Amino acid sequence: MVQPLLELRGVNKSFGVVHVLHDVDFAVYPGQVTALVGDNGAGKSTLVKIIAGIYGRDSGDYFFDGKKVEVHGPRDVAHLGVEVVYQDLALCDNLDIVQNMFLGREEKGRIGLDEIAMESRARETLASLSVRTVKSVRQSVASLSGGQRQTVAIAKAVLWNSKVVLLDEPTAALGVAQTRQVLDLVRRLADRGLGVVLISHNMGDVFEVADRITALYLGRVAADVPAKDVNHSQVVELITAGRSGDLGISENPANASV
Amino acid sequence: MTVDNDTQSAPAPGGFDSDNRQAATIGDSARDYVNRLRGGDMGSLPAILGLVFLFVLFASLNDKFLTTYNMANLVVQAGSICVMAMGLIFVLLLGEIDLSAGVAGGAAATITALMLIDYDWTWWTATLAGLAVGAVIGLAIGSLVAFLGIPSFVVTLAFFLGLQAVPLKLIGSGGSLRFNDEVLRGLSIKNVPVTAGWIAAILIVVVYAALSLWSYRTLSAKGLVHKPLGLVIIRIVVLGAIVLGVTALLNANRSPNPNFLEIRGIPWVLPLVIALLLFWTFILGRTRFGRHLYAVGGNTEAARRAGINVTRIRIAAFIICSTMAAISGLLLASYVGKVSPGSGGGNVLLYAVAAAVIGGTSLFGGRGRAIDGVIGGLVIATIPNGLGLLNQASYINFLVTGGVLLLAASVDAISRRRRSSAGV
Repeated sequence: MVQPLLELRGVNKSFGVVHVLHDVDFAVYPGQVTALVGDNGAGKSTLVKIIAGIYGRDSGDYFFDGKKVEVHGPRDVAHLGVEVVYQDLALCDNLDIVQNMFLGREEKGRIGLDEIAMESRARETLASLSVRTVKSVRQSVASLSGGQRQTVAIAKAVLWNSKVVLLDEPTAALGVAQTRQVLDLVRRLADRGLGVVLISHNMGDVFEVADRITALYLGRVAADVPAKDVNHSQVVELITAGRSGDLGISENPANASV
Repeated sequence: MTVDNDTQSAPAPGGFDSDNRQAATIGDSARDYVNRLRGGDMGSLPAILGLVFLFVLFASLNDKFLTTYNMANLVVQAGSICVMAMGLIFVLLLGEIDLSAGVAGGAAATITALMLIDYDWTWWTATLAGLAVGAVIGLAIGSLVAFLGIPSFVVTLAFFLGLQAVPLKLIGSGGSLRFNDEVLRGLSIKNVPVTAGWIAAILIVVVYAALSLWSYRTLSAKGLVHKPLGLVIIRIVVLGAIVLGVTALLNANRSPNPNFLEIRGIPWVLPLVIALLLFWTFILGRTRFGRHLYAVGGNTEAARRAGINVTRIRIAAFIICSTMAAISGLLLASYVGKVSPGSGGGNVLLYAVAAAVIGGTSLFGGRGRAIDGVIGGLVIATIPNGLGLLNQASYINFLVTGGVLLLAASVDAISRRRRSSAGV
């Protein structure tokens, strides 16, 4: 099996008395879309925030490219080449597309910012992702549709030569055509050799683009399987009950002592 | 980035067909502008209309209003308002407010005056002391807002009350400090030599024209978004007309008794305001700090996730605001010729807030430019100037200024609603 690009082993996380993640193992492979599924409260967002470096871990190890790494904050993670595209998008409405894509990492020229270099690179990136739906790279983000915003947020991640991109519910607020665009984009990212993590509630989306599926159930990994080995109803059972046939957690953790 | 088959190596003019629309013709630009206005992006338009309205109104009511003598006076009066408004824009961009800017300016002017009178400091060390007072006040406010998370409204209201004690204690109630240092007082009462004024004016126009044309050439050569050539030329012509027109106006002899006395030249305040305007325009538009300021004002969480140090940006904005307020306080003292315990109190701050908002800076954060403070400051300064000529009781002045502030805030709120519904 290919070595994972990013791997977490035995991660535990508590908020006060609430034990949110139990010995979670999670791996992202290059060129694959890994879907992270689970019910509300299963710990998906917590896991993403731990990967992103926003939350620390109580225990467990963080591996990148096979090497154990110390991660202390979002900046460390960004340096590794891991980008997170958040559900609420994290774009500034009052800035234009180029400004948003370079936010926090603006390029400097001799005097002030190098707008020419930034606009050129933003254009190249959008073109390389075959994004043609935006009117102009200098239009303000406030005037974009939901799908276009999602596209810009993803393109921002690609711009930085990221190796791993995490997408938190990228299609949750989108219409049919826009979902189509975003899923195509997700697939293109993986085809470029990036490790992509797709967090989604929508089984249709998951089965359409995912290569692997990791199901969380009450803070535990219920299953980590290739998408082609499971079907729709099995995944739903994994999400809602934590087990499905011989897959899943043997003992129901809801009854176990926590 | 791994190379993909459909990657286009050409720097993508073909990528976005409608890009060219922005660069097409003046007609398209005009249509874009009208669409932006409809969408609620008013910019400085209300201020310019307001300025025209006030000029027509006051000119028709009093024949002294449009004299060159009064126009030069207006420039000097507007100076301190413009400077404070430019400073306030930095906190307004973050969606914060600084109610203490006026009295911070008063406190700074008091310290400068004391250093000049009691300690015989030179004008520039005394000025630095005043600016340092402003910076320290800003640092204190910014830290309280950024670290403790107290709403800026409350923190600066507390500073507004507390800082009034500084001049009162140092000067004593009923007293005042003279402010007659040759250089500092000269900012308001002395003028740039006529030839130097012309040279500076022509230089500004030439440099602006060169920069605009150079930027047009570079952008269009690389196929990036740019304005049509016609619009670039119109802008150069308009700016040239304004700069050279104002210079001609101020360089004419404006003495009320031209036979006895000759007064000509640009008051020194004006070049100072222009220098500050250019400096802050560059900082806001062309530096990381400026970009991050807009980002924090537009979406704080997005800025934080992009790795921007939001705390640092916030504190810096308050420091800039209070330091600019100190400069503004010095200009006010320079205009009046003295510092009294009430300096910077009253409606000084509200004038500046009104100026920034009328100029097009949003009270909701994320939108504003340094020039807004200058244009708005000119509008606001016109009100007391014109009313003063009409010999109106001062209560009218308060009523009108309050009304104008409310009007500007309404325009801001309405255009914000239109923006969110139009999605522009």
